[in-house]
Amino acid sequence: MTINPNITSAAYLISAVLFIFSLKGLASPTSARLGNTLGMVGMAIAAITTFFVGHNLIIPLIAGAIVLGAIVGTLAAKRVQMTKMPELVALMHSFVGLSAVLIAIAAVFNSGENHTSVQRIELFIGAFIGAITFTASVVAFGKLSGKFGSKPVIFKGQHLLNLLLALLMLGFGILFYLQGNQVAFLAMCGVALILGVTLIVPIGGADMPVVVSMLNSYSGWAAAGIGFTLNNPVLIIAGACVGSSGAILSYIMCKAMNRSIIAVMLGGFGAEANAADSGDGTQKTVKSGSADDVAFLMGNADTVIIVPGYGLAVSRAQHALQELTTKLIAKGVNVKYAIHPVAGRMPGHMNVLLAEADVPYEQVVEMEDVNNEFGQTDVVFVIGANDVVNPAAKKPGSAIYGMPILEAYKAKTIIVNKRSMAAGYAGLDNELFYLDKTMMVFGDAKHVVESIAKAID
Amino acid sequence: MTDLLTMQNITIFVLAIFVGYHVVWTVTPALHTPLMSVTNAISGIVIVGAMLQTVTIDSETLSLTSILGAIAVFLTSINIFGGFLVTRRMLEMFKKKEPKTIEAKVIGVKH
Repeated sequence: MTINPNITSAAYLISAVLFIFSLKGLASPTSARLGNTLGMVGMAIAAITTFFVGHNLIIPLIAGAIVLGAIVGTLAAKRVQMTKMPELVALMHSFVGLSAVLIAIAAVFNSGENHTSVQRIELFIGAFIGAITFTASVVAFGKLSGKFGSKPVIFKGQHLLNLLLALLMLGFGILFYLQGNQVAFLAMCGVALILGVTLIVPIGGADMPVVVSMLNSYSGWAAAGIGFTLNNPVLIIAGACVGSSGAILSYIMCKAMNRSIIAVMLGGFGAEANAADSGDGTQKTVKSGSADDVAFLMGNADTVIIVPGYGLAVSRAQHALQELTTKLIAKGVNVKYAIHPVAGRMPGHMNVLLAEADVPYEQVVEMEDVNNEFGQTDVVFVIGANDVVNPAAKKPGSAIYGMPILEAYKAKTIIVNKRSMAAGYAGLDNELFYLDKTMMVFGDAKHVVESIAKAID
Repeated sequence: MTDLLTMQNITIFVLAIFVGYHVVWTVTPALHTPLMSVTNAISGIVIVGAMLQTVTIDSETLSLTSILGAIAVFLTSINIFGGFLVTRRMLEMFKKKEPKTIEAKVIGVKH
């Protein structure tokens, strides 16, 4: 079923252009849906074209695999809760990684193909990035879903071990390059799989938004690597776009935490901070209040800013929060949501949750746009967030010094909902909680928000 | 010949990185999660590579190559369908507020 290669090349080009438009569509919520549809069309064109490009394709097997994958994927997309999006994304990164490895191994063992030395390098690169992406994403998924502890795993000689593994991997890669040795290729993949685990275990829950973005980037590079071996521009273009997209997100996340990407990758955020900050000596006290107190304060305020964090996602309080806001707005209160770029476990996590709860787009504001408003705000309601409102970020010497924060401490009254007094994932105490104008409301976010809403009637 | 082809691939690759860089910077932070899920779906383009390995070799249908290829087709299909559909589901949630946004914009223009 082969047709003129010029036609198939043109079809691949069209699908690459559609992918670029697909990403471009996400510039605004109004064009985003069209963008997504263009992406689907692009993918369909690429897949259909491949049926005409391939020689001796086993079409029933391919069609069966696609149908099975479509069923699983559709069910997953329909059933996943919005609070579980980081887990789903991590899992899907792992699929891209694993596919890249499988394709590379399939190609190496394909007796119908002869690989030039350049192609062997390309296979090596595609396979090792894929393998690292695969196991790293599985570990990230485990950490996000709570199946593994989210605490960083740090041991002596960690970086040395990673270096040795990387060298070993490179060694097998070179052996494969020189001799086309299939066993060396498998050994290389095996070492890369281990390396994916050892690279990711030292990174703690705090840095998950960076890790998820980084793996997004890797999955793109893996796709591009496979594109090189196939000499297929659409894979190279799509892979490069995804790769740079993930890299940009990692950069934005790192900047929002004032951490360098190197520091994140070496890991261990929070492990040493605990000890440093606990030696204060003085017993600090917090004021705690009830849902009724909060309802009174909010109901009589002119302006309220809500700062949501990961705690909101954990207790799935977004719908309850939206009901509370609706009641406040009905009473004439001006309500806004302030979103810190690293709130939650992945970029844009809070925005999606609020969108799910029908919070109007214009009520949700980004950090830079809202920070100068806190001074004139009557009540700030911090719900399940901690480090992103910690004024310690303004103090030289603090572990999070220099991290841009939501300046909630400037507000006239601050209400903080937390489950307990436990520190945030940076392991730091938060002075905001001890201010005279701060009132703590302990309890599950959803339960607390529901009680406040009831009390407002 | 192969080396020339590789150079062409590298050229495409580098230019595509620049395109990706410029396009993604325009993405609004509110849509960063949909961006991740749609890029997830787009990385499913490796399905092309997977399909091209699901082949009969020397008139043998079942080989290590074709089995691994088919598994990869299955995995990438999950990514493609799951990624695009979950993105659509998320964007539907953002869409509900569209009328208001457009209204606000129109009023803004009139001023």
